[in-house]
Amino acid sequence: MAKLTIDGIEVEVPNGSSVIQAAEAAGIEIPRFCYHERLSVAGNCRMCLVEIEKMPPKPVASCGMPVADGMVVHTDTEMVRKGRRGVMEFLLINHPLDCPICDQGGECDLQDEAVSYGRDASRYAEQKRAVSQPDWGPLVKTTMTRCIHCTRCVRFTTEVAGVAEIGGTYRGENTQISTYVEKALSSELSGNIIDLCPVGALTSKPYAFTARPWELRKTDSVDVLDALGTNIRVDARGAEVLRILPRLNDEVNEEWLGDKSRFAVDGLKRRRLDRPWLRENGKLRAASWEEAFAAIASRIKAAAPEKIGAIAGDLCDAESMLALKECLTALGSANLDCRQDGAVFDASRRAFYLFNTTIAGIEEADALLIIGGNPRHEAPVLNARIRKRWLAGGFAAGLVGEAGELTYPVERLGAGPEALRALADGTHPFAEVLKAAQRPMIILGAAALARPDGAALHAAAWKLAAQYNALRADWHGFNVLHHAAARVGGLDLGFLPGAGGKSTTAMLNGGVDVLWLLGADELDIKAIGANTFVIYQGHHGDAGAARADVILPGAAYTEKHGTYVNTEGRVQQGFAAVLPPGDAREDWTIIRALSAYLGHALPYDTLEQLRTHLAASYPVFGQPFARLAGNDATAPAGDGAALAAAPLKPVYANYYQTDVISRASPTMAACVAAHSPAQAEAAE
Amino acid sequence: MNTQPEPQSFAFDEIAEPLVAAAIGKYPAGKQMSAVKTLLDIAQRQMGRTTGSAWLPRAAMDSVAKRLGVPPIRVYEIATFYTMFNTKPVGKYHLQVCTTTPCWLRGSDDIVAACKHATGIEHFGASSADGVFTLTEVECLGACVNAPILQVNDDYYEDLDAARTEALLQDLKAGKPQPPAGSLGGRASSAPASGQTTLLPASGSAE
Ligand code: SF4
Ligand code: FES
Ligand code: FES
Repeated sequence: MAKLTIDGIEVEVPNGSSVIQAAEAAGIEIPRFCYHERLSVAGNCRMCLVEIEKMPPKPVASCGMPVADGMVVHTDTEMVRKGRRGVMEFLLINHPLDCPICDQGGECDLQDEAVSYGRDASRYAEQKRAVSQPDWGPLVKTTMTRCIHCTRCVRFTTEVAGVAEIGGTYRGENTQISTYVEKALSSELSGNIIDLCPVGALTSKPYAFTARPWELRKTDSVDVLDALGTNIRVDARGAEVLRILPRLNDEVNEEWLGDKSRFAVDGLKRRRLDRPWLRENGKLRAASWEEAFAAIASRIKAAAPEKIGAIAGDLCDAESMLALKECLTALGSANLDCRQDGAVFDASRRAFYLFNTTIAGIEEADALLIIGGNPRHEAPVLNARIRKRWLAGGFAAGLVGEAGELTYPVERLGAGPEALRALADGTHPFAEVLKAAQRPMIILGAAALARPDGAALHAAAWKLAAQYNALRADWHGFNVLHHAAARVGGLDLGFLPGAGGKSTTAMLNGGVDVLWLLGADELDIKAIGANTFVIYQGHHGDAGAARADVILPGAAYTEKHGTYVNTEGRVQQGFAAVLPPGDAREDWTIIRALSAYLGHALPYDTLEQLRTHLAASYPVFGQPFARLAGNDATAPAGDGAALAAAPLKPVYANYYQTDVISRASPTMAACVAAHSPAQAEAAE
Repeated sequence: MNTQPEPQSFAFDEIAEPLVAAAIGKYPAGKQMSAVKTLLDIAQRQMGRTTGSAWLPRAAMDSVAKRLGVPPIRVYEIATFYTMFNTKPVGKYHLQVCTTTPCWLRGSDDIVAACKHATGIEHFGASSADGVFTLTEVECLGACVNAPILQVNDDYYEDLDAARTEALLQDLKAGKPQPPAGSLGGRASSAPASGQTTLLPASGSAE
């Protein structure tokens, strides 16, 4: 530790910290453009100048200056102010004065700092340089004339995203931040460079010229387009969600957000179910809530309880799943499943289906075995965490399955389960890596669980974890990587077949007479029995709604208060940013109203009552997050030897369109067109 | 030549291969990227040798990146940074005129004018109609003692004036080989232009 004095405040910071970090610790803000705590230090903008006593009498860039014991730093002397003013003047020489038409306006670091350090008029009479505006694809809009060459975008894509495509080309006056060969950025995290860019050089293309930051209503929420539970801020104006930005949470997403989660917002405005619909003579017609409820009631009353079933989809909040579960229970049915992918596995203990190592825990691991998932597509932010771990060194990763390119080196161990066998009997060379590791972790992709031999893979993966000493009191190395935001919540509150109840597969093909799909679109809709009466409750007119006999319009995640449990078992709540469109309602209230209509009124009238009930029935919903210890090695049911031979395929062939919201999003469609034209054509 | 199309592929040929291997071999494992400039130079010379235009098409930069195991953008950054690498096709003779102050004081404007006159090139960065010459303006070539300087491909021609430049370029245009590099004013190295001023034969020395 080093003790230093900054503006008269004494602070103690670890050796190797920089002066800017020490100032932060002392609560003193130093202006900066290029420095970013999650990126390497570039030291090229020179805005962070400070004065340090007993050093050569000139200003020092605080981001690149390591602290030393006894240092005396001044951040607000005449020399510092003059230095920063000079830097600002140079930066503005070539920076256009186009703030009125720049989307960064109002949230621009350069604008803000110019207030403190800018001159009121320019002394520069010469021509400003102009730079062409390359096309970086459908997400990031470039206005490179505004670029101040801080290289944050270069460092982010190279270091964090692991897809090095942007660089500093040419030099001096001609320097250009560019891809050189014009192309759409291919990282799933590319949107983060918009947040990082301190000026308006990189802005959001879909959001261009839409709003000013001060017009927006900001609501804290949780992302549901993957199972990471990324903390987000939903920015809305009036009834419209205009953009989504990440919020800081070091435990989960640090400050990153996946492109789908950020840019699929325009899908929230399209193909919405904004009123109930009823199928009459084979055609859907608009209906009133009363008509819809009456139709449902008559069918439910006519059906035997064991012929009524419900399947919860991937985007559901815990509240609505609980309400639906209790509604069905009241009707006498145990046919419930929150695994619309048809997965059947032992969910009797939380450790069997959580990402037990935790996302932050990845940084402690020293070996990783991925089985059948593609973290880059299923959870890009988590994938960045793995890359961060790899960059730190002393880390080896192996992959069983057919995932495409990841952003760190992985040893490809084989496409199918035979590689697991070889790992189990130690004949595979990677077994040595796992054996030598102190903190090995295994990630089982949720897609593996959805295979016919899912339970066997589940058991085999757990067994490997036990065998390679990944299940210990101080380390839990068994992880399931879910891709559905609702999944862990559903499993936690037992949205699963009860005694004698039917699973998803059993409910299809005429297994039930009345099937309630709570936002479930990702199942084999064609397999639903021809005579099954389908209630679709959800927010988008997608596969489920097309098959429905009754449509109950629900709320999307930005339109309801909801509780979600992420893949590591973290319970988080999001707030409603806007109201659901038209006649649509928050989902639990629909179920509550219908339960009363059916004569089995659920025992809660407010969200608070429902949440209290939720936490009382399932304590995990009321407890703070804690990592599970791995010392209970009781294995999940399943015959680890009954593995099929088929290769392990990742869930998504296409990262950009995976759910009803992203499928409705024109921006996501543009991404597909930019990245895999073949796929876009096939979809048309 | 300026009209040369962007080649679709590039591979080091049998002359370049041993040089590439030797360049990479100079650096410890994991630090192959250190050889990037050497490889780019080898590639550029190979282009000159095989196509008559010493430049770096994208395919060549990509194959350098592949060889070094780095993302292509890292190579593009380097190739665009250094003016010695041509990212656009150049003529058989790449004329680089120094116009920095010492050369300028010694008449570089005349050299530029002579280059334009002899080749028909109208502005810096352009090539002659026959594709033989490309004219580039450069900063100090580090040979100010013999200013003004014109660099033709790898060779410096010094002590130039308009007539000497014109004659040199006409010869090249006529297909004559490049004369030996150095002063075209007849002096050896950087000896005084007006003849020796020191170490003269002894005269009137002490008895
Ligand atoms: S585009 Fe933005 S982030 Fe990238 S170097 Fe320029 S100013 Fe920095
Ligand atoms: S923040 Fe220190 S030089 Fe840019
Ligand atoms: S100024 Fe021309 S060589 Fe130095």
